[in-house]
Amino acid sequence: MTTEQIHELLAKRFGDAVLPYQAPAAGDPWIGLRPESLAEAALFLRDDKALAFDLLRIVTGVDWKDRISAVYHLYSTRHNHEVTIRVDLDRADPRVESVTPVWPAADWHEREAFDMIGIVFEGHPNMTRILMPDDWEGHPLRKDYVAPTEYHGISNVQ
Amino acid sequence: MSEQMTAQTQPPSAEELLRGAVKDPRELTRYLSYLKTLTEEGLNGSVLIAPLDAAINWSRANSIWPLSFGIACCAIEMMCAGASKFDLDRFGAGAFRPTPRQGDLMIVAGTVTHKMAPRLRRLWEQMPEPKFVMAMGACTIGGGPYCKYGYSVVKGLDKIVPVDIYVPGCPPRPEALIDAFLKLQARIRTDRPIEERIKGKEQGRGERA
Repeated sequence: MTTEQIHELLAKRFGDAVLPYQAPAAGDPWIGLRPESLAEAALFLRDDKALAFDLLRIVTGVDWKDRISAVYHLYSTRHNHEVTIRVDLDRADPRVESVTPVWPAADWHEREAFDMIGIVFEGHPNMTRILMPDDWEGHPLRKDYVAPTEYHGISNVQ
Repeated sequence: MSEQMTAQTQPPSAEELLRGAVKDPRELTRYLSYLKTLTEEGLNGSVLIAPLDAAINWSRANSIWPLSFGIACCAIEMMCAGASKFDLDRFGAGAFRPTPRQGDLMIVAGTVTHKMAPRLRRLWEQMPEPKFVMAMGACTIGGGPYCKYGYSVVKGLDKIVPVDIYVPGCPPRPEALIDAFLKLQARIRTDRPIEERIKGKEQGRGERA
């Protein structure tokens, strides 16, 4: 199934929660969802017989400066098709439901997105940093991030 | 024919060896007098005379056990230096130890992050004296490619522990590591462990940083 067909199927089920389809000028096509419907849509994407997205490849975050996106790349081993799901979040307080209960693979990916971009995945079993030390301040991949000049008494300047 | 061969393979006498090895004329006189005593007592040939410093340095320099500290891609070259083609064991440094308690040399092979820094410092502190640190590769020496924008990378191993020898490269080839190792051996041979021990300096050697 193509992304457009999947979009049609999702729109029929979730209505306004699915953003209108836009064919991208470049790169892979994607489907935009409203964050509050993500958890329900994830279950549908996994359990629907025609979709059967049984594999979550990666969860990433994007800082667009005016908003933050969480991006989910899904793949179906049964139908050999794939889809990219994107939810746009409030940059001041980016929160979205965790999909770890749906795809256990999301666990560390969501922790990484939290660590690097600062997206809080609600309902995650262990929403802590995964790469940086626990007491690190800030989220390094934010566009306005400024690295500390010192960390635990060790200079961080050249 | 056989006489000729004997003449060629004749080893240098103990006196010749001493004259070659001991530079200080006062020390040489002392060692020669020991040798004379030994010769008079018929012990020459079964007794080896050497300055204690030289004997200690000889054993230290030729049995350096590295602590395994491969933390990034430089470790691949370090493993290569230890494996059959380059064979670091020729110089007595093939016994990579998994515990700092048995390590003499910490070869830090790879990028040191701020998260790793306290662990690295602790492992270095757990190593017994005399201990040596080798900073292998651009990242370890000064942050390397992460120097300017690498928020998580420590910009130089010497901000955490004192470094004895730096090996440049990205990564350095095994030959470079072996060269650094030979230079470290040469540096160990110039140590005066007994003198330093008497002056109480050796214990504090690690606090140079």
